Amino acid sequence: MSLWYALCDLLPVEMLHWDFMKNAFLALLLMAPLFGLLSTMVVTGKMSFFSDALGHSAFTGIAIGAIFGLAAPTWAAVGFSVAFALLFCYVKSRSNQAAETLIGVFSSSAVALGIFVATLGGGSFTKYNTYLIGDILSVTPEEIGLLVLVLAGVLVFWILCANRLTLTAIHPQLASSRGIPVGLSQTLFLVAIAVVVTLCISSVGLLILNSLLVLPGAAARNVARNLKQYHGFSVLFALLAGIGGLVASYYTECSAGAAISLLLALVFAVTFCLRKRRL
Amino acid sequence: MNLHHHDGSCGHSCCLRVENLSVTLGADTILSHINLHVHCGQMVALIGPNGAGKSTFLKAVLGQREYSGVIAFSEAGQRSKKPRIGYVPQSPAFDPSDPVSVSDLFACCMSKRPAFLGLGSAMRRTVLDCLERVHGQDLIDKRVGTLSGGELQRVLLALALEPLPNILILDEPLSGVDVEGMETLMDMLDEIRREYDLSILMTTHDFSLLPRYADQVVLIDRTVRRQGKPAEVLDSPEFHQVFHMRGGSV
Repeated sequence: MSLWYALCDLLPVEMLHWDFMKNAFLALLLMAPLFGLLSTMVVTGKMSFFSDALGHSAFTGIAIGAIFGLAAPTWAAVGFSVAFALLFCYVKSRSNQAAETLIGVFSSSAVALGIFVATLGGGSFTKYNTYLIGDILSVTPEEIGLLVLVLAGVLVFWILCANRLTLTAIHPQLASSRGIPVGLSQTLFLVAIAVVVTLCISSVGLLILNSLLVLPGAAARNVARNLKQYHGFSVLFALLAGIGGLVASYYTECSAGAAISLLLALVFAVTFCLRKRRL
Repeated sequence: MNLHHHDGSCGHSCCLRVENLSVTLGADTILSHINLHVHCGQMVALIGPNGAGKSTFLKAVLGQREYSGVIAFSEAGQRSKKPRIGYVPQSPAFDPSDPVSVSDLFACCMSKRPAFLGLGSAMRRTVLDCLERVHGQDLIDKRVGTLSGGELQRVLLALALEPLPNILILDEPLSGVDVEGMETLMDMLDEIRREYDLSILMTTHDFSLLPRYADQVVLIDRTVRRQGKPAEVLDSPEFHQVFHMRGGSV
């Protein structure tokens, strides 16, 4: 970390004189490529709504962990989210209902359970607000260490599985005919998303997480013609909006999460217009 | 199930044998007692009304569906083995907004290197070679969602031919393809089965081209109602019964 701090001090940028800004800046440089990558597959696999539901289930896991006095509620939340993802995959494979209907069932149940547990015996709900709104400006060096591990894990997973995951997402029958275990690939991907979302939620908040998981990929689809461009644009948009949002929040004193999400929405709007012109 | 009673003794150098195949879903019997031989170099068309079980039959052969009975493949002088199957799924199936080019699709299927890093020049040459088999080299950079019905079928066909299969299975390859495209596609399939001596098994609702191209037509309505030369099946009382009854009642 001290190397990073020294590096930031070399830059003639006023906002980087503060340690919390140095932390937030580094966290965003790690998170943006991570979510830029994941976002491409979330959107291709039509799982935007599911990642949103996962965020809520992670919050429920944290509430449960906190109530039972577990030392590390984050790990309880990871366990809960993975269980949530696995149960969802199981029910989806056994049910003929649309995925979005089942996500609705799971999402509202998880949220209800979280609020139920958090308010049990007259408990207050407000202390959990940090998880919902979150603040990247309060990210700690330990949490950044965790982000590095998550990013490394996702990169390895991606390099090994991206081709199979893509084929499964765009054409399950074709994937299956070429010997790819479709159900296993889908489950593995959802579990990966569950772990990433839950590990990042307490440090960065639900709002920024969900927008980073969906918007970069959605915007990149407007302009990309192949997978290379799709991934490239998605990571680029996530980085631009991440850094831009951080700068904007410093000078306007607004929530960094909201600024980043709004910038991503702006990128989507611009790419949407470019797409229309191209067609 | 048990393969030992039969040992590919149908007199042909290679053969896909389906014996007494049944598929059930809960209490429903979707297919019962299907018997069928497909020899190499042959083109066999499966016909039947909607819901007759054609796609289920293909899925059983592909190993995507549980079944009872025997599906075995044998080659000259060799024991029964698992055949290599090339599969062309039913189209349309790609999301038009997917930013996946034809070359990406090939890379996802054939390469270990992640397709999002781009194709190496060797891979690109391989893809061009594959597309050449279906006269589709110019499609390499098009997005899969923007291909016409005929173009998509050719691309999926090229993909199914790499690695070269023993059996090529096509599910409704002619649906969504215009009349001119149909003849092009059937000519191509005809050329491929002769050149590579592979068997082709396809389902179709278009009977007009069958007498010209198919060696064998199999009329399926939950079981095999009739099989033989195209003209023989298309003129049979079973054919008229199956299609007119269904046609009148719907």
